[in-house]
Amino acid sequence: MTIATEPETLRSGGAPGSPVARRGSRRDDRWRRRAPLLPALVFAVVVTQLPFLLTIWYSLQSWNLLRDDGPTFVGLQNFALVWTSAPFRDAILITVLFTVSAVVLSVIVGMLLALLVHRKFFGRGVVRTLLITPFLVMPAAAALIWKTSFFNPTFGLINWFLGLFGVQGPDWLSTFPGASIVLVMVWQWSPFMMLILLAGLQSQPEEPLEAARVDGANGFQIFRLLTLPHLRRYIELGTVLGAIFIVQTYDTVYMMTNGGPGRSTTNLPFFLYQTAFRDFEIGHAAALGIVVVVCTIILSTFALRMFAKVFKEAR
Amino acid sequence: MSIAAHNRRRLASRARGAALTVVTWIVALLIFLPVGWMFLTGFKQEVDAASHTPKLFFEPTLEQFAKVFDRGIEAYLLNSLMASGFSLLIVLLLALPAAYALSIRPVRKWQDSMFFFLSTRFLPLAAAVVPIYVIARDIGMLDDLNLLIVLYAAMNLPLAIWMLQSFMAEIPLEVLEAASLDGAGFLVSMRRIIMPLLLPGIAATMVICFIFTWNEFFLAVSLTSTTAATVPVFLVGFVSSEGLFAAQLSAAAAIATLPVLLAGWFAQNKLIRGLTMGAVK
Repeated sequence: MTIATEPETLRSGGAPGSPVARRGSRRDDRWRRRAPLLPALVFAVVVTQLPFLLTIWYSLQSWNLLRDDGPTFVGLQNFALVWTSAPFRDAILITVLFTVSAVVLSVIVGMLLALLVHRKFFGRGVVRTLLITPFLVMPAAAALIWKTSFFNPTFGLINWFLGLFGVQGPDWLSTFPGASIVLVMVWQWSPFMMLILLAGLQSQPEEPLEAARVDGANGFQIFRLLTLPHLRRYIELGTVLGAIFIVQTYDTVYMMTNGGPGRSTTNLPFFLYQTAFRDFEIGHAAALGIVVVVCTIILSTFALRMFAKVFKEAR
Repeated sequence: MSIAAHNRRRLASRARGAALTVVTWIVALLIFLPVGWMFLTGFKQEVDAASHTPKLFFEPTLEQFAKVFDRGIEAYLLNSLMASGFSLLIVLLLALPAAYALSIRPVRKWQDSMFFFLSTRFLPLAAAVVPIYVIARDIGMLDDLNLLIVLYAAMNLPLAIWMLQSFMAEIPLEVLEAASLDGAGFLVSMRRIIMPLLLPGIAATMVICFIFTWNEFFLAVSLTSTTAATVPVFLVGFVSSEGLFAAQLSAAAAIATLPVLLAGWFAQNKLIRGLTMGAVK
């Protein structure tokens, strides 16, 4: 394959403008273009799509791996069972609560951080590096550190700090387990939002801001009327991407509260894990998996649309 | 406006700037505190770590790190390294040609393929883990590093394709055309033009993929137990310590965290592009 023979077909996507050739050779060319794509396509289909089809199939079976009697077809019974069970409904509610609060708070915190870092000041590079660090830390490790060194009622830094003001802090992970988990999520995801919003701020043209300043607008007015509308797409992108990842949060829950106390922090991924790998109820777990996917597909549709928008503008 | 008033205003704005800088630094240090504290505690004796008033000054020791290695973290580190390394290799071998077919000599309707790959990234692992577990059990691949390698490759493939595609799309068309007019064939223009221009992009892509594989927890915990267990699984051993062994736990967490911290700091300018799959530059 050489580019030399038909340079005009670079990046043209086999558009009508390409040189008219005999039908056979055109088809050859099409396959030659496709060939480098195929391995990746096949790999993605086999590893990600086939298991998903199997999940659908398993969700229609009653099958417990501990009783070795194999699967029996039960139709939609698993879904009915899952849907009507209180633990499942609680898990959905908890997932929604976690995701919405963590995403909203990290967008707000990320915005404040981005505005702080957008200025030029002494040590900006170091500050930026410090601020992105929470996102890089292995979530399982971060959860352990928060649990042991910060939330612990006797040795934790938070209660020591409160103690300086004479306040007796609670046992955070048993009194406010959900809020504690959300705090750690916000700590981890704010840097992500900050980076996206910072890119947005840096892409904002300088002239309208200058003009507004000359016209006597104050900082807050400029932010509300010019910067915020400009950042809208970046906020959307951050929200949707953040939501897709945060919905799947599992490590933080596993390490910090193990779903408890009781079931109070058992979100969908953790509930699925318990069903599949503690109770070995394959049918139930598969049905849960399907529910998770449907939720994610709704979110992803927004995400894909947003990517399409950004993508089109970039061309 | 008088000169005095002008100067006064400039002074005021400079004072406000300095105050903002101080605030920014305090916020940054507060946000970094858990990570800094983790490294600090890792060098403490357990008695210093468990004091009621946190100790900022103490006699540093490597004892905790030695203990973590006594518990055998190196086997987990090795597994993590192999899972990341081999899956990155697979990703590169699959994504490079694919990105080429999606940007430089694009197939028809190449956008559709891009979005198909993207959609596989959004499919939650939870949806696939049950059948993967059952199949792996049936063919004896539970607790097998090869399984993790394949799954991690699939997890990072869309990201790598999107990132590499966006880097390849930036190679100016004129350069490629000029080369082909000069009679450069596919291999020559690949080696002389595309690869050199793409190298920083490839490096950035690999770093981002590495961050995701190294930190991955759900699949590692579900599908491995002893022989193929990775670093996050090692940390599970500390879950029920209830505030004891804070120093040893911090040392372990520090070791687990360090590789990605270094990689991420090194690639921080490309981080945002990777996290948004090339959508934001």
